[in-house]
Amino acid sequence: MARIAGVDLPRNKRLEIALTYIYGIGLSRSHEIILKTGIDPDKRVKDLTEEEITRLRDVIERNYRVEGDLRREVQMNIKRLIDIGTYRGMRHKRNLPVRGQRTRTNARTRRGPRKTVPGKKRAPRK
Amino acid sequence: MSRSLKKGPYIHPKLLKKIEEMNRRGERRVIKTWSRASVIFPQMVGHTIAVHDGRRHVPIYITEQMVGHRLGEFVPTRTFRGHIVKEKKTGRR
Repeated sequence: MARIAGVDLPRNKRLEIALTYIYGIGLSRSHEIILKTGIDPDKRVKDLTEEEITRLRDVIERNYRVEGDLRREVQMNIKRLIDIGTYRGMRHKRNLPVRGQRTRTNARTRRGPRKTVPGKKRAPRK
Repeated sequence: MSRSLKKGPYIHPKLLKKIEEMNRRGERRVIKTWSRASVIFPQMVGHTIAVHDGRRHVPIYITEQMVGHRLGEFVPTRTFRGHIVKEKKTGRR
């Protein structure tokens, strides 16, 4: 069982893809890591040898911030924006889009499911 | 795209001049500015700068953490007091 950086253990997938199950590792980094360790990217996780897993773990731990540490860093960055009173911090606090997107429509990812306000009727909407 | 490194961070030249003048004299005075796009420099830490919000100059005390941000980021230009609450339709007539 391949257990790297905490709790991640995707089996039956090709190594290249399996690595992306770790928070903080996408395809690009996955490729970097594979290059550094020199393991075949098409090899399934279950077929990895213990030695290969150790090598992977080593490279990842030494070069990348992943999982909890990375999440904490992101949270700290957001908290900093809020603490120093920036506009961006305010948008984070209010769960609205931070980078100037429109909010008249859409922005559902940040705002969550629609909450219909009673009495708000707009005629030209199908 | 981010700004060319060759140019360095943007700051309104007059604003920088005023800050440096004040640092030289060891003064602490509120400076009014309209230049919201100016980047906060390390020299500005400890000063209070009144940044225009379109209507007034809002005084902002510069702390070390703010360095690298722009002045305008700390002074919102919009006032949003919530949506209008429509009066309930009463059964008149």
